[in-house]
Amino acid sequence: MAIPIRVKVNGQVEALEVAPDESLLSMLRERLDLTGAKEGCNEGECGACVVLLDGKAVNACLVLAAEADGHEVTTIEGLGRPGALHPLQKAFLAHQAVQCGFCTPGMIMTALSLLLENPAPTEEEVRTAISGNLCRCTGYRQILDAVQAAAQEMRAGAQGRRP
Amino acid sequence: MSQGRWVGRDVLRVDGLEKVTGAARYLADVKLPRMLYAQVVRSPHPHARVREVDVSRALSVAGVRAVATGRDFPFHVGIYLKDQTVFATDRVRFVGDPVAAVAAESPEAAREAAALVRVEYEPLPALFDVRQGILPDAPLVHPDLGKYQVVPWITPQAGTNICNHLKVRKGDYHAALKTAAHVVENTFVVPQVQHVPMEVHGSAARMDLSGKLEVLTSAQSPFTVRHLLCACFGLSHGDVRVMVPQVGGGFGGKAGINLEPIVTALAMRVPGRWVRLVLTRAEEFYAAVVRQGLVATLTTGVDRSGKVVAQRMHYLWDCGAYGGYGVNVVRAAGYTCGGAYEFPNVWGDSIGVYTNRPVGSAYRGFGMQEIHWALEQQMDMVAHEIGEDPIAFRLKNCLGPGKRTVTGQLLDEHSGRVDQCIQRVAQAFSEPLATRPGRLRGRGLACAVKAPAMPNDAASSVLLKFCEDGVLEVLVSGIDYGQGLRTVAAQFAAEALNLPIEQVRVRNLPDTDLSPYDWQTVASRQTWATGNAILRAAEKCKAQLFETASQVLGAPVERLALRDGQVVDTGGAGRVPITRLVMGYQFPDGHVIGGPVAAAAHHVPEGLLFLDPQTSQSAKPVAKWTFGAQGVEISVDPDTGHIQVDRVVACYDVGQVVNQGLILGQTYGGVVQGLGTGLMEELKLDLLTGKAQNANLVDYKIPTALDVPAALEASFVETPQKDGPMGARGIGEHTMIPTPAALANALYAACGIRIQEMPLTAEKVRAALREKRAKG
Ligand code: FES
Ligand code: FES
Repeated sequence: MAIPIRVKVNGQVEALEVAPDESLLSMLRERLDLTGAKEGCNEGECGACVVLLDGKAVNACLVLAAEADGHEVTTIEGLGRPGALHPLQKAFLAHQAVQCGFCTPGMIMTALSLLLENPAPTEEEVRTAISGNLCRCTGYRQILDAVQAAAQEMRAGAQGRRP
Repeated sequence: MSQGRWVGRDVLRVDGLEKVTGAARYLADVKLPRMLYAQVVRSPHPHARVREVDVSRALSVAGVRAVATGRDFPFHVGIYLKDQTVFATDRVRFVGDPVAAVAAESPEAAREAAALVRVEYEPLPALFDVRQGILPDAPLVHPDLGKYQVVPWITPQAGTNICNHLKVRKGDYHAALKTAAHVVENTFVVPQVQHVPMEVHGSAARMDLSGKLEVLTSAQSPFTVRHLLCACFGLSHGDVRVMVPQVGGGFGGKAGINLEPIVTALAMRVPGRWVRLVLTRAEEFYAAVVRQGLVATLTTGVDRSGKVVAQRMHYLWDCGAYGGYGVNVVRAAGYTCGGAYEFPNVWGDSIGVYTNRPVGSAYRGFGMQEIHWALEQQMDMVAHEIGEDPIAFRLKNCLGPGKRTVTGQLLDEHSGRVDQCIQRVAQAFSEPLATRPGRLRGRGLACAVKAPAMPNDAASSVLLKFCEDGVLEVLVSGIDYGQGLRTVAAQFAAEALNLPIEQVRVRNLPDTDLSPYDWQTVASRQTWATGNAILRAAEKCKAQLFETASQVLGAPVERLALRDGQVVDTGGAGRVPITRLVMGYQFPDGHVIGGPVAAAAHHVPEGLLFLDPQTSQSAKPVAKWTFGAQGVEISVDPDTGHIQVDRVVACYDVGQVVNQGLILGQTYGGVVQGLGTGLMEELKLDLLTGKAQNANLVDYKIPTALDVPAALEASFVETPQKDGPMGARGIGEHTMIPTPAALANALYAACGIRIQEMPLTAEKVRAALREKRAKG
């Protein structure tokens, strides 16, 4: 029994027929070939699958594709492009916050959701915000530094744009 | 620190862009046409005879294309000891042991069919403790142990559960012990733990209609996978192609061979179709390989001056159900049994024991964190016993130039300096530790040493070739699963040929059909081995460029130099851009000299010698040692027993820092992984059923961002490694070796309790504090 949905993914409207038990993660990865969001556990325990749903970080493995009907999804693929990277992407590179990279898309999307809500988080707030995103490689230190650096750049950018 | 133009600097990761944009493709991201989904049928028993496997109902499920069992594929597999079959044949040896596998058009059909495979088991007594496993009346996990194929330097003992035993005998331990003023004996325990890479294991295979096999796998060792697959299935290397996409972490768990035989067996059943198997997170915990457990008993005899005169080390390794790879951890722990110290008289035994637990294998550190948990606590305990400062005691007994290891190897001035690492950490701790209300605070230190554990002929090779526009392509076949090999490879190539780093492209998604040979990405050997090979290949490229340029410029080769993409005559006769040389140089009259510039080179460790089979004495058993030390500061909550790690100070003698940002990443990552095993990680089995009790990320906790110490400090000593590329030696694994022991020592310093069984959970600390209070 397929459910017709319309969902805006990275700015583009997609009309899809999804299964009732299909997760948003599976929809993004299998139907739309947006494989940036990863499956690390499929149980909401690792954060590798985090995407933004109407600007808020969600574990895409726990959201049903059908629930995204009429909403807006942003994945890592919708963030920046070479030459026009998002400040978070730039900061992750500059601070060597990426190792194997498997946690990176989820980590960046969680951080983005935090910075949209709280443009000047303390380190404690960053730690708490990304505590559901497991990374086995980096020890998190350079990730924490990268998020702070990106926050600063985003604040500067926001100020710069003001008339 | 010595710095080149590129080596020694903070060069940004060359594969970073694809990872921050979501472009990087890992195994499960690769779309395979008409792919079938595999599901493994696993044993629910820790130990049982397999009476019968009936697949008839499974085959009748709609969408099922193949079922494979041990009857169809009774082939043995294993890197050092071939003690495992693709699927269990006559018996299962742990909960999770593969009995059969199904390939179907959908994951649902595969799951349904797998559930319908009917297996008749006859349960056997199960063995979960190595101390019981070595008793004469213990049930045998491998009654056929004497029949398995094994490399000559591993010594399984038929008729027992011992899959390897390495003996180290140096000096006269028993006589020396009698002369000791103090003797201290202790036992330490390390449980099995999981690697928990964020990307679980996955493999896919397809056999085409001509019989050629393609394998796509999340692995650390494409060439070793190919070699072992060929041995297992009787295939020619020419007909097997192994490819590795991006790998989302491995930590040793993806070394050797893992799921590849299972997907290969299925693929052979459905020629023309891709078959993919990706483990669930739960399977990753108990069905993928784990780190071996250890029971270590140490006896230390010290003379009146505080020198250790006699040291006995008895290591019992819990290899789990199969020891194919783990037997070499046993070996490495044997020839490194004394850690970072010089012990003149040694009695060492490193014994691998089968149990009915999950399969032990390589894990970052390859046995070293486990033995250091014992050795480095023991050093503190002995120091306290004789009333000496633990740091001074270490400095008095540690290895260094002119000292001999437990195998009798003489270290020289190029071997690295653990004493300097200890002193750096001690310096960082020179201020008294500030008190904190309601907390017990303490500092602890532990040292670390590790050598690469690999066959003496473990090789890496590389291929360098230029594109028409002067871009240099560097083909390397080590796996960059985050440690930064690609970046380091680019740095060495750019350094040697004096090119802008942007002009170097590292081609590194290894494909055994197209890529140069590399043994395995393990043992912290890539920077060193691949680095050396790149420097050699670069010299060959340079010679080709110079030969052509010398004719173009009319200058002798000795006068030529490479500068920013030009060959320059230092004698002033001019310059020629390499873009004019890399495909051969064409003179104005049309004639061409030279040709496409390319070179291959390899690295094989120099002069390694086997260990003496009775005593393990050897002048050069390993290629190199990396030494280090870590100090930690902790705060203990006396009510909850919770340990908060406030500060970690790490120092390693890495020979030469190659990349500042990457080496910090390796250090922070290793330290935090070490905090995980030290404080919270343990794969727990129900000892009645043999089932893992915490096979998920909620019950098996790994460190999160909240666990990162407020202060993480890293520094490096650089005593150049003689045979290292520009002096560098390995560091990837070493950073997690000393962390748990340093924590245990800090715990003792903070509150006078000593916990000898890893991990240091709040529960254990609370209980120990209660006991201490009760004793008054
Ligand atoms: S895959 Fe969604 S939280 Fe792990
Ligand atoms: S970079 Fe590997 S899991 Fe985070």
